[in-house]
Amino acid sequence: MITVSMAVNGEKVTREVEDGTFLAFYLREALGLTGTHVGCDTTQCGCCVVLMNGTSVKSCTVLAAQAEGATVTTIEGLAKDKKLHPLQRAFHECHALQCGFCTPGMIMAGVDLIETYPGVLTAEVVRHEMEGNLCRCTGYHNIVKAILKAAAEIRPATVQDPVE
Amino acid sequence: MHPSKYRQPKTVAEAKRMFTDAESASFLSGGHTLLPAMKLRLASPSDLIDLGSIPELRGIKVEGRTLVIGAATIHADVAASPLVQQHIPALAGLAGSIGDRHVRHRGTMGGSVSNNDPAADYPSAVLGLGATVVTDKRHIAADEFFVGLYQTAREPDEILVRIEFPIPEIASYAKFVSPASRFSIAGVFIARTGNSVRVAVTGAGSSGVFRAIGLEAALAADFRSQALAKCAIDPADMLSDQNGTPEYRANLVLVMARRAMENLGITSVYK
Repeated sequence: MITVSMAVNGEKVTREVEDGTFLAFYLREALGLTGTHVGCDTTQCGCCVVLMNGTSVKSCTVLAAQAEGATVTTIEGLAKDKKLHPLQRAFHECHALQCGFCTPGMIMAGVDLIETYPGVLTAEVVRHEMEGNLCRCTGYHNIVKAILKAAAEIRPATVQDPVE
Repeated sequence: MHPSKYRQPKTVAEAKRMFTDAESASFLSGGHTLLPAMKLRLASPSDLIDLGSIPELRGIKVEGRTLVIGAATIHADVAASPLVQQHIPALAGLAGSIGDRHVRHRGTMGGSVSNNDPAADYPSAVLGLGATVVTDKRHIAADEFFVGLYQTAREPDEILVRIEFPIPEIASYAKFVSPASRFSIAGVFIARTGNSVRVAVTGAGSSGVFRAIGLEAALAADFRSQALAKCAIDPADMLSDQNGTPEYRANLVLVMARRAMENLGITSVYK
């Protein structure tokens, strides 16, 4: 067993877990934050994406111990003062989810993209950069639309051609 | 996954001690190959020795005409580095084409090179640029480092510290990827310095990354894509799997070599 501490959604947490516990399961089972989903558990689907020290990671392929001392943001930490994050709102408005299973990972990946992509965000760039997230309902078109819509709100100077 | 003890050394010397003291340890870098392999029980080390918190293994700098990249530098940092973009833009492009953006936030150059997956991107750059792999024990030339499928000259307790890339006049990389796995079915890295041309191929060879000597000779004589017209790759040396037959891959290597020559100085990805 190993004691792992980190800051999750602004709150300092410490839990004792097996050494081989992955971050996704530390969040879901030790902390009860079940918004982070585990789809494939093989680093493919991106449902488990969270932000670790400000960048996106697939939490099914990071050990909790590797996140010792890190700052982690999950889907539960995006809304502030009961107000949805602009990307959460855009997903709602653009109908960017169907079954919703991939949505937490899509949104966390989209937030990372909007916050860190150095160039101009276009539909083509968003499609390319979101390759690490799979939607089995295949609702990609509206997901791209939602990311561009939120990006136009957050970083209007560096977004081109929102889909509509 | 079988249980393993997690260890987090702060120096290379401490990592070596932990490795020696353990029953059957593995070094852990970005973990994006080893951890999935452990889930499948293809690997079950007694101890995981995480190299991610050792400062001397990270960083990018230029020394004279050599670009030096720390082994634990993540793909995203290589891709975004102004130094890499300025001196070997094809290498920055290659790093930015690995996996997906989340994978690039964790995966490391040293991890990829040590694993020597036959379809990994980095081995082609290391071999194509004639780089030197520096471990805690010695300097190993790229030509001696890659031994075969998933095999390198690295000894089990040896830690990659950095890779030294001689800065070429021009380099380019072209790859055709499987749309499902995003791994190369054929990737060709070409670098020219003076009269010397090196061509390294990944994804296609049945013994892993290799130098295409015939292509090198043709391009050394005439550094244009047309010079490749009379070249051939022997299908007997090619991998065969669900992504392509040996004949298909042999042809694809030539096509990617041509595309690399037509897009000099950058990385181009086809799918």
